Amino acid sequence: MTDALTKMLATRDWLLADGATGTNLFNMGLQSGDAPELWNADAPDKIRALYRGAVDAGSDLFLTNTFGGNASRLTLHDAQSRVQDLNRLGAELGREVADASGRQVIVAGSMGPTGEIMAPLGSLTHDLAVEMFHEQAEGLKAGGADVLWVETISAPEEYKAAAEAAKLADMPWCGTMSFDTAGRTMMGLTSAAMVQMVGKLAHQPLAFGANCGVGASDLLRTALGFTEAGATLPIIAKGNAGIPKYVDGHIHYDGTPDLMADYAVLARDCGARIIGGCCGTMPEHLRAMRAALETRAAGPRPDLDTIKSRIGGFSSEVDGTEADSPDTPARRGNRRRREV
Amino acid sequence: MSDEEEIILSDLSDDELVEQMMDDLYDGMREEIEEAVGILLERGWTPYDILTKALVAGMTIVGHDFRDGILFVPEVLLAANAMKGGMAILKPLLVETGAPRMGKMVIGTVKGDIHDIGKNLVAMMMEGAGFEVVDMGINNPVEAYLETLESEQPDILGMSALLTTTMPYMKVVIDALNAKGMRDDYIVLVGGAPLNEEFGRAIGADAYCRDAAVAVETAKTLVARKHNQMSAG
Repeated sequence: MTDALTKMLATRDWLLADGATGTNLFNMGLQSGDAPELWNADAPDKIRALYRGAVDAGSDLFLTNTFGGNASRLTLHDAQSRVQDLNRLGAELGREVADASGRQVIVAGSMGPTGEIMAPLGSLTHDLAVEMFHEQAEGLKAGGADVLWVETISAPEEYKAAAEAAKLADMPWCGTMSFDTAGRTMMGLTSAAMVQMVGKLAHQPLAFGANCGVGASDLLRTALGFTEAGATLPIIAKGNAGIPKYVDGHIHYDGTPDLMADYAVLARDCGARIIGGCCGTMPEHLRAMRAALETRAAGPRPDLDTIKSRIGGFSSEVDGTEADSPDTPARRGNRRRREV
Repeated sequence: MSDEEEIILSDLSDDELVEQMMDDLYDGMREEIEEAVGILLERGWTPYDILTKALVAGMTIVGHDFRDGILFVPEVLLAANAMKGGMAILKPLLVETGAPRMGKMVIGTVKGDIHDIGKNLVAMMMEGAGFEVVDMGINNPVEAYLETLESEQPDILGMSALLTTTMPYMKVVIDALNAKGMRDDYIVLVGGAPLNEEFGRAIGADAYCRDAAVAVETAKTLVARKHNQMSAG
């Protein structure tokens, strides 16, 4: 049986994903430091409202409120024994909202990073990471998620562990990484290296890409890097609505709906097929993005200067994909291990 | 193919050895760093000179290349681990010899945030720069910060958050410091992926530090400024 996302991708050129989860929940009264996932059980109406915000704004796909729903993260709130329940509830509420929408909407079960560094550099073993992701995946599956949605990953090892967990849960999946450090992930992975890494996975994702990071311009550069590297799977672009500012006791992202509308059509021109926002992206941004994708014609593949002039500058000169560029800074030599 | 040349550390002159240590730190070679620290001690170097002229100097290069997007977290963790090996030997000797202190920092990730990769990097780089660091770990409520500040009396408080949902908590801590009249006793540095300078200013921190290398530079500058102000006042 073909899954719902594959079917939708077969009939549509682009899909609109959702926007922010954390930013929206703050506006509903979530206190800083509290676990959003607990609201799946304690404040289900607010989670329904979160999901409806995206669906009513025209999203074809939205993520469940389960980003931090792995045992490693929930331990902080002494809720590590509730992994399956909180994920199942998050997906069930999503299923309910999607099915009541009167059109086809995909429920994507969000799975964020464990927050730990994987061995050998850190202490989290591959097996334990797979086990934690698998536990979460089973909860999301039981709650009726159409697809697993691994996001904001920095380490290729963690991405691979999540892929294995999706396989164990017998679920289709998508996976995005966060390119927030000089155009690479925190662990130094470039967009081109991600394409290679994804290509070698035994359990292929339905789509892959980038989310969060440092603003919309950087994310578009990363999307260009994916296509440049010969990506064949559909590409996901979920960028932040600008950068965070602290206004009147609240976090506010400075990207306007107009900017995000521009970002959405540029993301499509960069080759992305699943387009959404991340932190700071509210329903009004999604509405503007939907309208822009529906009314504006597809354009040529933009170059970096076009992105810069329309969305804003980049956080770094280079992003590691321009190997021969004189701008690419060189690593110091390994004199001890020199080879001749 | 590889015509690898085995380098005998004890055969090197002091200058060559220090340069080699910088390369070994860069490459994260802990055993070699430990060995080299031992050699310099045998040659009569003071623990303080080994710390500043070899380890701190080497970690400064690592910090700069991290800041410039040449090295990334995995390489920096390896380098910091190598430095820790050298520091473990030097630490007791530094105390014995009454070496000058750079300053002291209390650092912790705020309540609700499990992410400690960035915080650990800052702690390691600060130690690499000669600061004394008290690491409070993750998920710290405001009470824990206040308690630790009172008991440790540091020069600097460092706070880290990686999530949109946890970064406002830094403001909660700074507000509590203000309410208790303790805010001006400490230099407050904040950091974490979603933050920026404007955010740091808006919540009342002394500085936002983009990465661990910037944190070290900022800490040095602000501690020196504080000392100047104190001696001028």
